[in-house]
Amino acid sequence: MPDTRDALFRSLADPTRRAIFERLCRDGEQTVGALTARSGVSQPAVSKHLGVLKQAGLVRDRHEGRQTHYSAQLGALAPLVDWTSQMAGFWQRKFDDLEDLLKRMDQ
Amino acid sequence: MTNAAPETRSVVVEREIAFPPDRIWRALTQQHLIEEWLMKNDFKPAVDHRFNLRGDWGAVDCKVLAIEPNRTLSYTWDAMGLESVVTWTLTPTGKGTHLRMEQSGFRPGQGQAYSGAKFGWQKFFEKLEEVVAHAD
Repeated sequence: MPDTRDALFRSLADPTRRAIFERLCRDGEQTVGALTARSGVSQPAVSKHLGVLKQAGLVRDRHEGRQTHYSAQLGALAPLVDWTSQMAGFWQRKFDDLEDLLKRMDQ
Repeated sequence: MTNAAPETRSVVVEREIAFPPDRIWRALTQQHLIEEWLMKNDFKPAVDHRFNLRGDWGAVDCKVLAIEPNRTLSYTWDAMGLESVVTWTLTPTGKGTHLRMEQSGFRPGQGQAYSGAKFGWQKFFEKLEEVVAHAD
């Protein structure tokens, strides 16, 4: 689905927007206020970025009282992930660790 | 990744290692050694033995499928919807061992498992990268 992928790339191409998304991935669900406090841009700008991320399916919002909480939707990144190359990288690193261990092991 | 046709995926990593097969075999089959290079575990070298590999980001469910000491070891590798089989093959060479790892059995055509895997593996690798980054 090239459309989905385009939307993903577009929404993550902006560094401020990417930083917001990365913070949600790293720190979990947060309010617009909390995101604004550390983003270096105004709250309306943060809200606008969140809107774009939401359209791409990268974030979900949840209303609670007067606050809106946003959380990252990692599943939306799936089209960007190539399982085979990811796994190959994983095992290459594990082979490195295994070789290190073999050098340390008692005879 | 978006095509619906059944397809078995396979990852192969091979390396020449300057140690004999029996030494590598111990690293592949002894709990405390497996933990040092792969993950915490309750592995036992017995066919049908079920075990877990545990990282900070979650667990992998495994079952031993085949064992031939110093030659081959194979177990299932199920994590967050992904079902696959990992097979190790050790072949002695003049200078040490040719070590081969093949992970296979991932079939996007399997619908639900595939959707789960797409989501699960993304998470898996996010966490993995974090762990790797912080380990340095």
